Amino acid sequence: MSKKNLIIIGGGPAGLAAAKSAYDAGERDILILEREDKLGGILNQCIHNGFGLHTFKEELTGPEYASRYIDQVKERGIEYKLGTTVLSIDKNKRVTCANEKDGLQIYEAKAIILACGCRERPRGAINIAGCRAAGIFSAGTAQKLINIDGYMPGKEVVILGSGDIGLIMARRMTFQGAKVKAVVELMPYSSGLNRNIVQCLNDFDIPLMFSHTVVEIKGKGRVSSVVIAQVDAKLNPIKGTEQEIKCDTLLLSVGLLPENELSKMADVNLSPVTGGAVVDDDMMTQTDGIFACGNVLHVHDLVDFVSEESEWAGKRAAAYIKGEKASGESVAIEAKDGVRYVVPQFVHREGEGNLKLKMRVGNVFKNVRLCVVCDGGEVYSKKCMIVTPGEMETITLNEKQTRALKNSKQAVVCLKAVEK
Amino acid sequence: MREMICICCPMGCRLMVDDSDLADVKVSGNTCPRGAKYGKEEVVCPKRMVTSVVRVEGGDVAMLSVKTKDAIEKSKIFDALDALKGVSVNAPVKIGDVVVKDVLGTGVDFIATKNVSAR
Repeated sequence: MSKKNLIIIGGGPAGLAAAKSAYDAGERDILILEREDKLGGILNQCIHNGFGLHTFKEELTGPEYASRYIDQVKERGIEYKLGTTVLSIDKNKRVTCANEKDGLQIYEAKAIILACGCRERPRGAINIAGCRAAGIFSAGTAQKLINIDGYMPGKEVVILGSGDIGLIMARRMTFQGAKVKAVVELMPYSSGLNRNIVQCLNDFDIPLMFSHTVVEIKGKGRVSSVVIAQVDAKLNPIKGTEQEIKCDTLLLSVGLLPENELSKMADVNLSPVTGGAVVDDDMMTQTDGIFACGNVLHVHDLVDFVSEESEWAGKRAAAYIKGEKASGESVAIEAKDGVRYVVPQFVHREGEGNLKLKMRVGNVFKNVRLCVVCDGGEVYSKKCMIVTPGEMETITLNEKQTRALKNSKQAVVCLKAVEK
Repeated sequence: MREMICICCPMGCRLMVDDSDLADVKVSGNTCPRGAKYGKEEVVCPKRMVTSVVRVEGGDVAMLSVKTKDAIEKSKIFDALDALKGVSVNAPVKIGDVVVKDVLGTGVDFIATKNVSAR
């Protein structure tokens, strides 16, 4: 068994940023474990532009954004192992991993940062009836086939779900010569970013059908058509609204789920809402010394925010290793009245400085105020012309507001109407 | 008056663009200067950055991701993509390397967006 101060699981945007900032905070004994043969994670297949506007003040593609962080990790000489799968972790921070070269390895770490990202919700999780023909892919799989491996998954495409990957893939398939017949969305709104609806669908006259879903997949050997139908307010298909669309490919972009199989082994307490760990303002889970950041914690809309959150997690993990951990009492932050969740879920009473709260709302709301209410008193309020479930909202509390929250008995983040 | 969503960044600002006089387009609803520029360009001459992939020989990956160095006219997207057909480059490749020079006489190059080492 070898010892390491800090083990970071995942070499994608979260892991790279955490490693860099832990190093900059003085930690030198760091090891990144990455399952794939390259650092960079999902960014390697996200070849479209739009990354880095917040972090680098310029518009980069995914691989370019990744390379900026990969360079920073390499410049610092931070150790990483590729092609290495973590098989288990436990609450004593023992990490078991394996790769072709070293075989099975066990490390004992002082701190672990979970930066393992998320997975796509598969067909099985949404129970679409019909045949099991070839031609059904998750949008991310299709993206990997085209952008990494150079294979075209199909010619006539229907996409279920208007999440960002689905929208991006509608354009990508169109660019590669496919005909995207429709993007079908169960909800009355898109969970993707507006810019992607404009750039990826409107630009190419691809219809986006809200309140519709796929009720049947037809085909022998290969998909030959899908049947779609309108849904009612309870999201149940309405009889008589069925229409059949001829296609050879169905892409699913029906949500992302934080990848927490390892977290469960270490008894990390998970939130049923985010699907990720419950964390405090140090990004530490309720298992001592295990931190989480990026999409394994909660699914982000922009990689820039993943980097920011992960840099904070790396810095705090480095402080934890030095023995500067927050202890004692904490206050829980509750999400209410339209706000679906808030991260972090707990804030320690001790400590100073600004506090960043990240959240998502449960529906589309217009002309609202995003408020932080402590013991009944409004501590913070931000006017929003529109908030949507597809876009993460961030609140930064200044020192005074943070202190008020830390001192309170009950802290709530909620939406309120704008008084006329 | 045209209503549109700014695509310069993921903020997605809702713009109101007064295009009654193309020589003097007025934009409101933007939260940064890029939004004003986009709103104006979108009615005068819409532009897009184009991203795709080309084959790479002898590299540690099969495909090289590329982008137009600057945005090109929206109407030329598919012609630009056609210019990538059959293009193949040899590893090693560095980010920023020119893959296709001066696409369709636009003065804009397709450049590499990924570092690819030789196998």
